[in-house]
Amino acid sequence: MRRQKVPQLICPAGSLPALRAAVDHGADAVYLGYRNDTNARNFAGLNFDQKAMVEGIRYAQSRGRQVLMAINTFAQPGRATAWQQAVDGAADLGVDAVILADVGLLDYACQRHPALRLHLSVQGSATSYEAVNFAHREFGVRRAVLPRVLTLAQVETVIRNTPVEIEVFGFGSLCVMNEGRCWLSSYATGESPNTVGACSPAKYVQWERSPGQMSTRLNGILIDSFRDDEAAGYPTLCKGRFEVDGETYYAMEEPTSLNVIEILPEIARIGVAAIKVEGRQRSPTYVAQVTRTLRAALDELASKGQHFHLKPAWQAELARLSEGSQVTLGAYNRPWR
Amino acid sequence: MTQGFSIPRFTLPSLVSAIGRQLPQWPHSLALATALNAAARVGLLPSEDLAQLEGRSFLIEVLDAGGQACFCYRGGWFRPLFSAPAAPDLSFCANLSAFLQLLARQEDPDTLFFRRDLSIVGDTELGLLIKNMLDAVEWPQLPKLPTFRH
Ligand code: SF4
Repeated sequence: MRRQKVPQLICPAGSLPALRAAVDHGADAVYLGYRNDTNARNFAGLNFDQKAMVEGIRYAQSRGRQVLMAINTFAQPGRATAWQQAVDGAADLGVDAVILADVGLLDYACQRHPALRLHLSVQGSATSYEAVNFAHREFGVRRAVLPRVLTLAQVETVIRNTPVEIEVFGFGSLCVMNEGRCWLSSYATGESPNTVGACSPAKYVQWERSPGQMSTRLNGILIDSFRDDEAAGYPTLCKGRFEVDGETYYAMEEPTSLNVIEILPEIARIGVAAIKVEGRQRSPTYVAQVTRTLRAALDELASKGQHFHLKPAWQAELARLSEGSQVTLGAYNRPWR
Repeated sequence: MTQGFSIPRFTLPSLVSAIGRQLPQWPHSLALATALNAAARVGLLPSEDLAQLEGRSFLIEVLDAGGQACFCYRGGWFRPLFSAPAAPDLSFCANLSAFLQLLARQEDPDTLFFRRDLSIVGDTELGLLIKNMLDAVEWPQLPKLPTFRH
């Protein structure tokens, strides 16, 4: 039987053991970042210093896998050279592509390193084929990661109207806003993913335990309280419970993770080039568990095509690892636009 | 990640914690501090991350076993504390099974946290640093025990 073409599996690596876990469990590519605010997971103790970077790239590339470096925050006033140096460093190290969001940095990378493959980060916030084609025309971008706000039909429209490869999110914590345009974290803390490389930075987060419940505060603002029998989520404002018109509920988004496993055949059919797993902040164990599960599903799709059969064990494994212990198809199957 | 051997989610009977609380707590602290110092000395824990722990105190509480370990990091060494400080900079609380699953890298700390099997109280950024520092450790490959083999 002819093998069906399936999307590449792109997995997160916040540390060397996580990178090895991704490669060993079947990722086609890993994405990673430097230990500074040039990437959107700038968390204490996370990410790669130069030595770990060299070893990680060697480990992946010697096994035929790709390494994508995320330099996906926005250069801050007066410090643009730090972002440019990160791009130069990536080019020197021989990564397979850099994932950029800042238009100025895209321009720098394409002028300075014409041979370096450029991907447009989700933080670049391109939701239409016009935006994707602009990045292609101006900077030679070869792949764009679409924000988690489009329906599957909208993703298909983008793919049909662009020569640029399209990558979508396949699994991980849901960040609902048009990526790159959410200011909720800045509203509460003055810091946001685009400026410091973290949403709701840990130094503003407080967990308070009291009998029977746990409360979360972000810079003093109460965002949620969980009873002991309720699953918890990340301390971001979008996943808080708020009082609206006298009712207290998850007004923006429930604590949940995106999981596309049940629509993998559709994703492959419309020509998505790659699916991305969120979670550079998570441990090597998570990376191994998610990578192994999605690899099994993609392999099944490649060999069975139309006869792809979703295994309940895959769903169960992914739900177990999810934020709030539940999953959603997010915007992909949303009836409204 | 562990193959052929997995630690189930379990809770020890409350009797165990009742007994556990009667026992002196400092041997746990001493054992843990010694193990951490050994890991730091052989370079498993990166010195730039360790420097950020200077002067901070930690409490690890095993709820269902009724055990506690308390230690601080000062002058480049982990030191056991013989009595728990009123407000440690960071406390981790979980049942024994969750700690074992973490140590064996069988479960991800965030997963345990979402499921409410692990709680972290105190300086959240310090907690994140420690979590990430331990995640980045490349434990030497231990020879597999024959009973755990397929
Ligand atoms: S607040 Fe929520 S939607 Fe906004 S950046 Fe953070 S995780 Fe994303």
